[in-house]
Amino acid sequence: MSAYEPVIGVEIHVQLSTRTKMFCGCELSFGDPPNTHTCPVCLAHPGVLPVVNEEAVRRALLIGVALGCEVAPRSIFHRKNYFYPDLPKAYQISQFDIPICGRGEFIAIRDDGSEIRVGITRAHLEEDAAKLTHAGGRRVGAAGSVVDFNRGGTPLVEIVTEPDLRSASDAAVFLRQLRQTLLFLGVSDCSMEEGSMRADANVSIRPVGADQFGTKTELKNMNSFRFLERGIDAEIARQTAILGSGGQVTQETVHFEPETGAITSLRSKEESHDYRYFPEPDLVPLAPDPSWVAELRAGLPELPLPLRRRMVDEMGLTTEDAEVLTDSPALVAYFMEVAAAVDPKAAANWIRGELRAQLREAGQDPWESTVTPARMAALVGLVESGAVSVPAAKEVLAEVISSGTEPADVVEAKGLGQISDEDELAAIVAEIVAANPVQAQQLRDGKDKVIGFFVGKAMAQTGGRADPQAVQRLVRAAVLGQ
Amino acid sequence: MSLRDLTAAEQVAALAAGKVTSLELVDAHLAAVASDEVGAFLAVDPDRARARAREIDALPERPPLGGVPIGIKDALSTRDLVTTAGSRMLEGFRPVYTATCVQRLEDAGAIVVGKTNMDEFAMGSSTENSAYHPTRNPWDHTRVPGGSSGGSAAAVAQRQVPWSLGSDTGGSIRQPAALCGIVGMKPTYGAISRYGLIAFASSLDQVGPFARTVRDAALLLRHMVGRDPMDSTSLDMPEAIALPVASDLRGLRVGVVDELMGEGVEPGVRDAVGYALRMVEALGGTVVPVSLPTTPLGLATYYVLAPAECSSNLARFDGVRYGPVVDDDTLLDQYERTRGELFGPEVRRRIMLGTFALASGYYDQYYGRAQRVRTLIVREFSAAFDQVDLLASPTSPTVAFPLGARTADPYSMYLADVCTIPVSLAGLPAISIPCGLSGGLPVGLQLAGPAFSENRLLGAAHALEQALAFDTLPPGLVT
Amino acid sequence: MIDDSTVHHVARLARLRLAPDEEHVMGEELSGILEHIDVIRGMDVEGVPPTTHVIALENVLRPDEPRPGLSRDDALREARHVVDDGFGVPRMD
Ligand SMILES: [Mg+2]
Ligand SMILES: [Zn+2]
Repeated sequence: MSAYEPVIGVEIHVQLSTRTKMFCGCELSFGDPPNTHTCPVCLAHPGVLPVVNEEAVRRALLIGVALGCEVAPRSIFHRKNYFYPDLPKAYQISQFDIPICGRGEFIAIRDDGSEIRVGITRAHLEEDAAKLTHAGGRRVGAAGSVVDFNRGGTPLVEIVTEPDLRSASDAAVFLRQLRQTLLFLGVSDCSMEEGSMRADANVSIRPVGADQFGTKTELKNMNSFRFLERGIDAEIARQTAILGSGGQVTQETVHFEPETGAITSLRSKEESHDYRYFPEPDLVPLAPDPSWVAELRAGLPELPLPLRRRMVDEMGLTTEDAEVLTDSPALVAYFMEVAAAVDPKAAANWIRGELRAQLREAGQDPWESTVTPARMAALVGLVESGAVSVPAAKEVLAEVISSGTEPADVVEAKGLGQISDEDELAAIVAEIVAANPVQAQQLRDGKDKVIGFFVGKAMAQTGGRADPQAVQRLVRAAVLGQ
Repeated sequence: MSLRDLTAAEQVAALAAGKVTSLELVDAHLAAVASDEVGAFLAVDPDRARARAREIDALPERPPLGGVPIGIKDALSTRDLVTTAGSRMLEGFRPVYTATCVQRLEDAGAIVVGKTNMDEFAMGSSTENSAYHPTRNPWDHTRVPGGSSGGSAAAVAQRQVPWSLGSDTGGSIRQPAALCGIVGMKPTYGAISRYGLIAFASSLDQVGPFARTVRDAALLLRHMVGRDPMDSTSLDMPEAIALPVASDLRGLRVGVVDELMGEGVEPGVRDAVGYALRMVEALGGTVVPVSLPTTPLGLATYYVLAPAECSSNLARFDGVRYGPVVDDDTLLDQYERTRGELFGPEVRRRIMLGTFALASGYYDQYYGRAQRVRTLIVREFSAAFDQVDLLASPTSPTVAFPLGARTADPYSMYLADVCTIPVSLAGLPAISIPCGLSGGLPVGLQLAGPAFSENRLLGAAHALEQALAFDTLPPGLVT
Repeated sequence: MIDDSTVHHVARLARLRLAPDEEHVMGEELSGILEHIDVIRGMDVEGVPPTTHVIALENVLRPDEPRPGLSRDDALREARHVVDDGFGVPRMD
């Protein structure tokens, strides 16, 4: 057990998936040729002015409402001044002392069901920088760079948390679940790989039981949850080693290198930033109509955490089921439709298990496959009623996927209906017992496990249509006379 | 009589009556621009102007401004027409878009003949800070035309164009109008879109007209005002701009700002303004003294706020996306050298001052404090307008000063705007009209009104203008 | 009074290269101007709100509808260094 306790806060930048940029009418794009989505405004030509995208404001409010934030009755934009080639005005229009969304709270749930309560400090609107391609792909010391302004000016919401997290794994759980919430709100694609969701962590450690925070570092460059967790752990280890050997942590920005697992310091010679924030004179205050905010609050979708709780408490699912099935709003909708028609637990098992497994090869998601929720429900229903065996149902599913046929029709056409006629099964069992005297003797000698051998034979002979329970019973009757 | 002696309204009328073609007007004025004795222009595009004139002449119906030529301050973006804001930083720069106000005028039938000279990035009060050449005062070629819109003012006084556009942050339209003996107006903040106006200090900048008559100024203003979706700080006027017709000032209460009539105002200027105030009374108005005790702090307040905003607005000039660049091996060197070498001394000074005023540790003492003093100034104007309809003062404390007289001492140049700055801080409309001569040089009277009182202001200015009968033709100018 | 090191720091923030002798002159000029500006520091502004805008506008918003932008040629046409259809800048160290 370490003598130090980590203290972690995160800052998350979320690119809003609006149609146009934050302050101009350029269409958002991903992967288009460089500098094909620009205008005088996002290139910061002389004389241009910003105009706020209403949909970006709506989405920022939606995020605030979902995170339980106080919505500012009147917020303003500030200019954050610094020079960098990806920032064409040499200032970022952001928010400073009066963000659109103030204090809130987010509760994440660990695997063991315990809660992680994370205070939200603020959520504010700003604009993204452009894309800078460094020759050689290195961050420092590149021999020249090229700027592409397609991404420049994309609306961003920056969410800042209180330093409430106490471990790297908690941070990862929190971020995963926050991401899910944002996906459910439909505000962003939240792709860490593509950079539409980016997280920085402020990490410090302090002696267990101490009240005061230690010196923090800002950890950047984590483009997946896994790297985030590994990066924070690596930084905690680094700081622990420093303090353990009597040293002091320097306040600085550090990078995690996923390949080596090392933490590297960003140039410490970088002069201290002085952003010279001041109110943006080109924009007027945002004073969202309270009725608008109320409308957004009333229209919030059911968010993943309450939904999961309901799945476990009311639908009989396991925590794991609930977590898997709330991976995306589309999957939830799919599951809910199936679960409305059949036993939710059975629906969960089938969707989580066989359906996803079979679709993985086709690279499809359930909601975009030929297995409509109605077909999935029909198939689960056939199994539940005993009309088809589980192995047969898997075969039916494969056929539904490949041909889009109704499950009942597949069962009919392929004769996959379960054999529940006792006489027919008894004849098959008698035949198998006669053909396998050695195994029959083993059973008589008390080796009960050998019953599986006979069930297997019976399934093979019937193409999986035999009811395994019935086969067991009939084998015992035939061999042991029970 | 030359075509150039016609006012803009007269030119519009002559075009409508078929007495003249737009091409004839454009050619007459282009000839005057070509022999630019006062250095009013930075760029001229005769081919484009003539082509546009021919187009308009061929239209079945003339647009409201008929095809009358106009000069545009080089601070306004004009597509494909070189726009430098008087700076080396934008030498040869051809914008990819046109400013909203210019577009509106072109749509209404105005023809842009060229871009007028100015103090670099509108920072200055004499046009001597132009990176290209100074402009001379048409009344006395050894003197400055005022600034920063000195080119636009001189071009109108010199009758190279009947009217022009300027921009006014702390007095850059009114002061050169006063020094050149013409009419210049800064409308209420927000009345004219700033989209396409190369920003100096965003919370103060406004575009406005120069003309030889108040009526022409009104006509130009009428076609520019109104909300622009590209400018979040623009809004619609409560009523359309009317062409002024008033011939008296009965019932009008004019307050004379004590603090702007005292020491620092030249006696000759005070006399001419006093004459104008007596004329106000002669026309039926009443003149009352008014005190605005915070206005003496206007200059200091302005020289915190404006440089602060400019330090941020001018940060985009880095040589990467447009304009010249001083190449160097590293980004930092390239940035610092491009900006250090291509900005002129006054621009560098203001960027430094503004960066300082916003810097950590100084913000509260300077920027934050100046914003609060601004509030006091706004309140004082507002209280004054509970008592009077308009406020009057000199536009400039002095007449045009000799070229070079104030270039050595930055603060002496700043004093040129002492009368105009308080009005700018309050965002109010104000007009300068010529009200007489002092030592043979024009003196301007500034009238200011409450927000969106443009019609009242234009009406009063028009009535006074008729009574004052100032001759705007500079001595020795042969048209 | 603005000393040389403050001038140097501010010039760096503003990305303005000033020669050492220019820095000194700049410091003197700025100090001279600040002397005049300092009158506002004597003003009692306790409780007075700051003015950022003189107009009482709020909520000026734009519908989220795309507008035509610039062709790539127009976007790049005024740039001095075009590399791979982008704006070229030197190394950053
Ligand atoms: Mg941010
Ligand atoms: Zn754009």
